[in-house]
Formats: sequence, structure tokens, C-alpha cells
Amino acid sequence: MEETLKIIVLVKHVPDAQFDRHLSGEGNTADRSESILSELDEYALEAALQLIEARGGEAAGNKVIALSMGAAGAVNAVKKSLQIGATEGVHLSDEALAGSDAAATSLALAAAIRHLGADVPADLILTGMASTDGETSLVPAQLAERLGLPQVTFVSALELDGGQLTARRDGDFHADTIEAALPAVVSVTDQINNPRYPNFKGIMAAKKKTITTLTLADIGVDAAQVGRSGSWTAVETAEARPPRTAGTIITDEGDAGVKLVEFLAAQKLL
Amino acid sequence: MAKVLVFIDNPGPALKKSSLELLTIARSLGEPAVAFNGELHDDVAAALGAYGAQALYRPSADDLDDYLVGPKASYLAAAVLTADATVVLTENSAEGREIAARLGIKLGAGVITDVVAVDQDGTAHKSVLAGSYTTTAKATTPVSVLTVKANSITPEPAVTGTAPQAVTVELPETATAASARVTARSEKAASGRPDLSDARIIVAGGRGVDGNFGPVEELADVLGAAIGASRAATDAGWIGHEAQIGQTGKTVSPQLYISAGISGAIQQKAGMQTAKVIVAVNKDAESPVFEIADFGIVGDLFQVLPQATAEIKKRRG
Repeated sequence: MEETLKIIVLVKHVPDAQFDRHLSGEGNTADRSESILSELDEYALEAALQLIEARGGEAAGNKVIALSMGAAGAVNAVKKSLQIGATEGVHLSDEALAGSDAAATSLALAAAIRHLGADVPADLILTGMASTDGETSLVPAQLAERLGLPQVTFVSALELDGGQLTARRDGDFHADTIEAALPAVVSVTDQINNPRYPNFKGIMAAKKKTITTLTLADIGVDAAQVGRSGSWTAVETAEARPPRTAGTIITDEGDAGVKLVEFLAAQKLL
Repeated sequence: MAKVLVFIDNPGPALKKSSLELLTIARSLGEPAVAFNGELHDDVAAALGAYGAQALYRPSADDLDDYLVGPKASYLAAAVLTADATVVLTENSAEGREIAARLGIKLGAGVITDVVAVDQDGTAHKSVLAGSYTTTAKATTPVSVLTVKANSITPEPAVTGTAPQAVTVELPETATAASARVTARSEKAASGRPDLSDARIIVAGGRGVDGNFGPVEELADVLGAAIGASRAATDAGWIGHEAQIGQTGKTVSPQLYISAGISGAIQQKAGMQTAKVIVAVNKDAESPVFEIADFGIVGDLFQVLPQATAEIKKRRG
């Protein structure tokens, strides 16, 4: 292993957090009309690109496959990944996937990863630390469980040497060095690197790259195992929180610190 | 009565408040039991009894901490089967969620994260999309796994205490197979301040502190508060990444959040807009943080914060 690398990076098409985001419809799912490549996935993509570039890049036979599961629009997350530098793209798309929770999502992604590794298994499955919409961080751990692979998550540094990986995981109370054998499922934090932007050359090159579309039939998953029917959780109600409104705003005239304390005292917060 | 299993991992010499909250929620849902990992100190055993734990499960192996997540999930799955539990509660930390994630797959159980309240029928309440929606969700499976945020309820001991006997849960032989190993660990220095994730008050600094967290720390200490930071401050290296609040850091919901020198862009807002009361100090009157502050001061944090600290000290004599 590791003469050439085959890395699958999971990328998600998520509602842009710069705008108001909404839940709607049966299952209270997110409206994806104003969507982008999840910012946190750019760190995973960058980590993958750095790993293959250190080994001669695509020319030396290394691959970075951007895999996205989602409705038609999700192909844009794949295209953006190709512009940034992924060598090929895969879009897993099927109407029956709509409303999948983390368990159903991990089932479909695990099947897609097995399908893509049928001839040459991937060395690494790389993901972001969370999606910026669901924000549960469940999928990487669930994928590792379903694939029977080591889980190396929330890492801020990653090195490969032969068939082994070494990573750093920063917790609140301690920092750990983690070692595992490849292949493994790895999620990276926003501390690991500074993701590159697509440049003109990358955008032009992306037009020539292949995007494969897979359906549930292609990966051998039954429609009843995924989507709302195959999910193990259901969102029953969703209510928009009334937006916070501005309270009292003052300009410091030399006594604002005292006024702050008066405010805290009035709120019984001292 | 439903059996509710609470996972408590390496509490050290005393249970965290968040663990006491989990035990209190467990009692409200049914018969509480504890799956414990790590050294069991006498004070901790006593607290488990005081909070009504009817059963106590411990793993047959003592090397679970040498691996990342996987073997702990295997242990917890075995404990759920031994206890015949239908609800599992864990803390909402990164590791707590990941253990819950794998447990869910092992048991075919629905997992709900970031829970702030649980109804008697198992309906979980949470907030999503950076606090812009509150939702209710339910597992549709026989077992449900919930990761509960700290500060969700006030912990209360049981009316009648217990003295549960420890039962050893045998780990499956495959528990450590295909697991990543923790080969080195360096402890981070303890600050002596409350944990960010369950602090009642947080004072946070951003770009405006310009490398000097002194005034933020002094105000935090007089309030007994934890210290937070925006991404700009952690990226600049002025404070550790573990202090970061926001979309890629921690999401907090304290009683009081004092924001100093933070503009309050979307990335920061995502982590703190569910705080009960928000106070903001910033030189720039146009900062977005003023749109969500209950009390805002357009001013220099190096003037305002020390004056507030001195005033609090003065009032307390």
C-alpha cells in the first residue's frame, strides 16, 4: 500500500450560512436553494491534495475522489471540489435518499465507498469535522463502524508513512497522538491547514474531469433502507426561534463600565 | 419501567455537573443505571448512589482509554444489552457524540445529538442551524441514544439514595480490532476556571483584545466566569483553540455572555446566540454583535472592562 494513494473525500452541499436558513416540508428538512460546498469540507480536500502532491500528484497515479450524496444540486459541491483540485468526482443521487438521517446517510455512503473500492480499495476516507448544516459529527464515526475501519477523527495534523497514519487530536483537556493502520476514516478540523481557492487553471481543468453519477441500484442499496423510511430518527416539529433583537446600546462616556455592572445587577447576574 | 443507561467516562475524583444532570434526566425517564469507565473513586460512587443509580456496570478491560472511541462503544453496547436499557444518555462532547454514533450503528438505534430536554415519552428537544430553529425529534427504534448538552437542567439528588453493586460487563474479543490507538497523551494545564461548555457566565475576547487577554481574564475571574474567544483570537495564537466559540469551536448557552472586541460575524454568532443574556463591548458601532446584544457598549474594552471589574470589587467591599 501507499505506492500510490487513493483518497475518497466526502463533500456536502449545504445551505449557505451567510443567509437565513430554513427548515420546511415533511421531515422538516433544510431548504437547499442557496447552497455551497460545506466550508469545513475544504479542509479535508486540502489535506487530501497535500498528501497526493507530496507523492507526485495525479501524474504519479494518485487519486482524490470527491464523493457527494445529495439531490441534483449537490453536483455543484463535486464540481467545486474538482476546481479546487480533486482528480475525479462522484455524485450519489437518488430520490429515495431524501430525508436520510446520519444512520441512513452512513449506510448509503458506506455502500458507495465499497463500490468505488471494488477494484482498488481506498487508502483513506477523509471528511470535515462536521457538516455546517446538520452539525452532528455523527457520520464519520458511523462510517468507520459500518466499514469496520479505524476511526481517526477531529485531527489537526495528519501524516502517512507506509501503511500507517499518525495524527494529532486536540481535546479540551489533553492532546493525543493517534496511530492507525490504513485504510482508515479520518475527519479533520479547521486547524489542519489553510485551504486553497480554485484558480483559473483549476477551473478550466475541472471541465475535463469526470463526474460519475451513482444511484442506489448501482451501489446495491434498497430504497427502504434509506431516506425517511430507513432513518432511525424523525424530526417531528421545527419552529423558527424568534430572532434576537437589539437591547440597549450606549456609547461610553467614561462610565460605561459602571453602567455595565448596573445592568448585570438589575438582571440579577452578579 | 424503562431502564435508562448513563455513560460516565473517567470522571476523576468527582463527578462533573453535566454527569449529575444526565442522572437527573435519567430518573425522570425511568430507572437509572450507570455504565462507568475509569477509576471509581469513593466520592464518585457515593454521588452515583445519591443520584439514584440502581445499577452500576464496569468493563472487564482497563485499557479502553488506549484506543479512540471504538472499544468504548463496544463496551457500552454490551452494557446496554446487559442492563436491558432502552434509553442511553451520554455527554455532548466530541467523544461523547462519537461513542453515541457508533453505539447507534451497533444496536440499530437512532442517535440524537445536542439535546437540551427530554420528554417522558422520549421526545428530544434541540436547537439547530446555529440556534435559529428549535426542533423536537424522536428515535423510531426500540433503543434511543441521546447526547445531552451541559447546563440543560438543574441537577437534583434522588429522594432515596442507593448503593449499587458493580457488575462487570465482558467486552467482546473484537472490541479493539480495527481501532486507532492513542500512543501519546499530553495533558493541558488546568486554568482553575470553570469549563467553557458548562459555565454559567462566559467572558469572551476577539480581535479587539489585540493580543492582551488581561482585562478579559480579570473580569472573568471576578465573575467566576469561563474564558472564551473568537476564531480571530485563536487563529492569532493569543489563546488556545479549546477556547474558541463559534461554528468550528464550541456552542455555548450560558446565563450571561460578555463579548469583548468581537465583531459577531456569523461564524461567532453560531456559537453563542442561544445565551440567555448577551452583553457586547466593541469600538465599532456597526459591529453585527450589537444586533443581538441585550446591552451593548460602543467603547474601548481596555477602558470599560477594567472599570466594570473595579466596580464589582467595590460593590462586594
